[in-house]
Amino acid sequence: MNISVLVKRVPDTESRIRIRQDAPGIIEDGLNFVISPYDEYAMEEALRIREARGGLVRAVSIGREDASTVLKKCLAMGADEAVLVRDDLPETYDGLRTARIVARAVEKKFPDADLLLFGRQSVGADNAQVPGMTAELLGWPHVGVVTKIEWGDGEATAFREIEGALEKVRFSLPAVLSAQKGLNEPRYETLKGIMAAKKKPIPVITLEELELTAEDLAPSITAVELSAPSVRKAGTILEGDPVEAARRLVEILHGEAKVF
Amino acid sequence: MICVFIEIRDGKIKKSSLETLAEARRRADELGWPAAAVLAGSGVEKFAPELFPHGASKVYVIDDPSLEHYAPQACAAALAEMTAMASPKAIFFAASALGRDLAPRLAARLGVGLASDCTGLSVRDGKLLYTRPVYAGKALLTLEANGSPAMATLRPNVFPLLSEPAAAQGEIASVPVQIDPASVKARVIEKVSEDGAEIDVSEADIIVAGGRGLKGPENFTLLKELAALLPKAAVGASRSAVDSGWIGHQHQVGQTGKTVSPNLYMAFGVSGAIQHLAGMSSSKYIVAVNKDPEAPIFRVADYGIVGDLFEVIPALKAALIKLFSDS
Ligand SMILES: Cc1cc2nc3c(=O)[nH]c(=O)nc-3n(C[C@H](O)[C@H](O)[C@H](O)COP(=O)(O)OP(=O)(O)OC[C@H]3O[C@@H](n4cnc5c(N)ncnc54)[C@H](O)[C@@H]3O)c2cc1C
Repeated sequence: MNISVLVKRVPDTESRIRIRQDAPGIIEDGLNFVISPYDEYAMEEALRIREARGGLVRAVSIGREDASTVLKKCLAMGADEAVLVRDDLPETYDGLRTARIVARAVEKKFPDADLLLFGRQSVGADNAQVPGMTAELLGWPHVGVVTKIEWGDGEATAFREIEGALEKVRFSLPAVLSAQKGLNEPRYETLKGIMAAKKKPIPVITLEELELTAEDLAPSITAVELSAPSVRKAGTILEGDPVEAARRLVEILHGEAKVF
Repeated sequence: MICVFIEIRDGKIKKSSLETLAEARRRADELGWPAAAVLAGSGVEKFAPELFPHGASKVYVIDDPSLEHYAPQACAAALAEMTAMASPKAIFFAASALGRDLAPRLAARLGVGLASDCTGLSVRDGKLLYTRPVYAGKALLTLEANGSPAMATLRPNVFPLLSEPAAAQGEIASVPVQIDPASVKARVIEKVSEDGAEIDVSEADIIVAGGRGLKGPENFTLLKELAALLPKAAVGASRSAVDSGWIGHQHQVGQTGKTVSPNLYMAFGVSGAIQHLAGMSSSKYIVAVNKDPEAPIFRVADYGIVGDLFEVIPALKAALIKLFSDS
């Protein structure tokens, strides 16, 4: 089975975000960037499927040249190849535009793909749109927020998280799946893998090569403003021994906050 | 017109759909537009009368046997047909598991953008603007749609229901659809309950959450007992507690867990790491119980108790039992 894993470079979740003054976006200077955590589950699952069933694992990122750092990580984890689809825009928060690029890349460059694996959402934009949109553009099924996959003969089932339960979804290939935490435990890169990844070239595909028109790439949604959220203020510390503090807390929550 | 997709789960209209409808109604009133609801499924027309008081002046009903079990491709195709017929200016979904799955599909099918998991809507110069947290809640992004219809999913538990019933009744319109069964390549075949937990954290009014300070899996029983005393309460957990195997991942709150907005979030032995805060800082009230007065969770908590949770939880239980037996 040939699997393409879509990975994205995102700011490390620990990092402090500074907001640009001139345009709705963040200041990237000095930020630490990592592979989006959910993409690691997707990458790991692809490697496990290859180990069990054979085929090829290809890591793909849409982005600027610096996205190659996360592709190197995928190579070091064990991907057979990595490809960068070069898109020089900063974060657009526009899921449809990205999905159009991915769908076209699949049609034109990876028609051999049986499976596209994504993370449930990128952390950063937190859109959770691209997997489902890509599937729709390709006419493929999509199962999102997947915590388990069972491969049968000719058909497959995936378990996806919903409120308070799991849904068992039967789907046919080719398909798009997006990984949730719990699907697996991602492996670490090995030193050998890191050395080998250093030597592997990362081919670059341009948007022109994908013959995307201005209309395809037109923004579907526009960021009007990026602002700092109002900070929650620290409230009251309830003094006294635990019994007294607990009694007072229940009194406030019932009498003043009226939450029960 | 703003159209709201109404989700039916286990024979009931989901509360998050009604919240979304209420917000649509408020914004539609501001813009001088109607607000409508859409029901899609098999035998769903009977739910229409419940939607008028919650803000729909019209209910579109798509009734088709192929929609009996959730199949996203069929559902998106049906909603696209409805869109062509009714030409709404905006389509909203609740950002529930289903809404987050279906809305991107429909948006791609219609070739329009989507604002995901919004926590605020506003009208500026006659246009709808959508506000949503990004970068783990460290920034707020405001978006404007370029195409039509505009599409958005709205975070559950953030938008209030209407304070007064909107109307006793309204118009019901049936939407005929043609769905090609061959286009449906994924279908839900079964629902599997995980651990018998009745209320999911994403839908609970109250969450009692535990972190590494709980020390072990057995102590989650303390939280379960506390939750049992409170109305519509669920047990949440930090990633540390989940990764230690003390409780299932479905309870995890945070950036790699669930995003929650309950009325009350009580955190016991949770330090308040940024990734945890990302999932719960839109809660209405936050209470923190922690031994460490410097724990970051106190910086967001409305009420805090500096102390040992193993002493505070029993005291809380006793105080609650007394409160509920007195009243
Ligand atoms: C990419 C990424 C994603 C992440 N996603 C998430 C996520 O979704 N959710 C999440 O929660 N975390 C997430 N994390 C992890 C996060 O950074 C923290 O490590 C985690 O939240 C810490 O959990 P904790 O507060 O339970 O544990 P700790 O940080 O160990 O805190 C335990 C707290 O318990 C207190 N304590 C101990 N004993 C007692 C007692 N007897 N009484 C009272 N208080 C006591 C201590 O003072 C301390 O504050 C993520 C991290 C990364 C890198």
